Amino acid sequence: MSGSFLQCAGCKKILFASEFEQNLRVCHHCGHHHRLSARERIEMIFDADSFTESDTDLRSGNPLEFPDYQEKRLAAEAKTGSFDSIVSGYATLDTHPVATAVSDFAFMGGSMGSVAGEKITRTLERAADEKIPAIVFTTSGGARMQEGMLSLMQMAKTTAAVQRCNEVGVPYICVFTDPTMAGVLASYASVADVIIAEPKALIGLAGARVSKQAGVSRIPDDFQTTEFVFNHGLLDRIVHRRDLKNTLTSLVKMLGGKCGR
Amino acid sequence: MAAKSWKEWERPIIDATEAINKFKEAAAKTSDPAERARLLEKVARDEARRDQAIELLYSRLGPWEKVLVSRAEKRPYTLDYIQTIFTEFVELDGDRRFGADHAIVGGPASLDGRGVMVIGHQKGRNIQERQYRNFGMAKPEGYRKAMRLMDMADRFGMPVICFVDTPAADPGVESEARGISEALAASMLKMFELRVPTIAVVVGEGGSGGALALAVANVVLMQEHAIYSVIPPEGCAAILWRKPEMAPQAAAALKLTAQSAFELQLIDEILPEPKGGAHRDPIEAAGHIKLAIHRYLESLSSLSGDEVKQHRYDKFRKMGSMGEPFALSIEED
Repeated sequence: MSGSFLQCAGCKKILFASEFEQNLRVCHHCGHHHRLSARERIEMIFDADSFTESDTDLRSGNPLEFPDYQEKRLAAEAKTGSFDSIVSGYATLDTHPVATAVSDFAFMGGSMGSVAGEKITRTLERAADEKIPAIVFTTSGGARMQEGMLSLMQMAKTTAAVQRCNEVGVPYICVFTDPTMAGVLASYASVADVIIAEPKALIGLAGARVSKQAGVSRIPDDFQTTEFVFNHGLLDRIVHRRDLKNTLTSLVKMLGGKCGR
Repeated sequence: MAAKSWKEWERPIIDATEAINKFKEAAAKTSDPAERARLLEKVARDEARRDQAIELLYSRLGPWEKVLVSRAEKRPYTLDYIQTIFTEFVELDGDRRFGADHAIVGGPASLDGRGVMVIGHQKGRNIQERQYRNFGMAKPEGYRKAMRLMDMADRFGMPVICFVDTPAADPGVESEARGISEALAASMLKMFELRVPTIAVVVGEGGSGGALALAVANVVLMQEHAIYSVIPPEGCAAILWRKPEMAPQAAAALKLTAQSAFELQLIDEILPEPKGGAHRDPIEAAGHIKLAIHRYLESLSSLSGDEVKQHRYDKFRKMGSMGEPFALSIEED
């Protein structure tokens, strides 16, 4: 790749691929944080080779026999090398063990169906049962339409698992990355102990199309961005990608007092 | 071509009903016995025509027709059911934080002498009411009021009964600014924490997260013609096929009827509606709901607070449908 060029999705300026990769896929000019795959994210955040994947036997079916779902899912599997929009497992952060789940926008827009919901739930349950902090990275358009009401119920299921962490005093940290929307935002993501977001991510309940259809007018320029959400007191911190690992490590060390007991 | 609205779809019934009323009125006015007999004959003929139309239309409701019926402006709303099922309802308002929200109503009420907390989405029937109720789309303060009432119920050992009927949570700029997503998630979390029995009844539109935020209950019931969906069929059609007019096809694909929800094991029971829908006889419809509430409260009454919580967790923990387990992980090759 070195020597090649690409264009920033934010400011449209030309970037050197090697520099861009070195800068963790953040634009030098405008600071736009480009999307990462789940595996890139894991490599960037956790101690080298510390990640072990769990739940690799889970795979979505097509319970509603929804038109074209099977084809879309198989194409997403081929594209990402994953079996759904969430990669879950164990890792360490500066030697501290954590349970983690990382979503992948490349897999059907990071949407949450039965499998993604199950993986998030198991991640939070593992954290509660084994007394280790949970760290979840979100990037998702919301619940997966193709599994209908089954997807909707994953919102309840995952939220219930958050309560398990609360009861045993295990910290749950959620990192919103671009985009974090709808059914994911309105469930497990929004009830974390600490919520961090990368700059300029899209964060909101209703997509722009839905808002327009509902006749929403006078939309501010920064509507549904990290900065809008932060300025309204709905977010703990905006953290640049290069500082994420250190911030998460500090939080895990300080909030994880009850862990391991 | 599928009907676009409930009125359009019920047209044969509405036409016959209007004719009946017209002939009845004329029969009451006329002093000529022969003329009256002739008019009353017409009334009888149109009544038969109306009953036939009801039978025909309501015996074969497809998913899209269910959507239309669930949204019908004549359908009984939460306050109609509260009035019929409970006594001594004292509405309590305000989230004690920001403002009043009239898209959710709630307060203590008596269920044949037993104190319960009733909470539900509320829609309006005419233009003014609809604006006042924001079309049944609650803002963060509506859900925060609901959580306040749930806390109160928990403290005082009152079962919580929720009526679910909303197109969606309010998607506006103000709602986003005040954390609508957090309010929905927090409401679900609250419902998992309650140590009192909870029952949710979907009586009209179960519109995605806005509905679910009041429906994480020990028992979830749906009326026969109610719907429950992850996304409105119009939105689904717009996203998948870029054609909102394909909503009827989306309604079928989404499996949003009470019958599908029951088959998918996401609800406990389907509550019958009178022939021709709940709006033809709200008292009868309410009677079915009331009986079910009594029955399920009775069966939950033997559980302790911890057991009630565990029951709710186990119920939702099971939800989902996976495909065949995949034996080989990609790490292994």
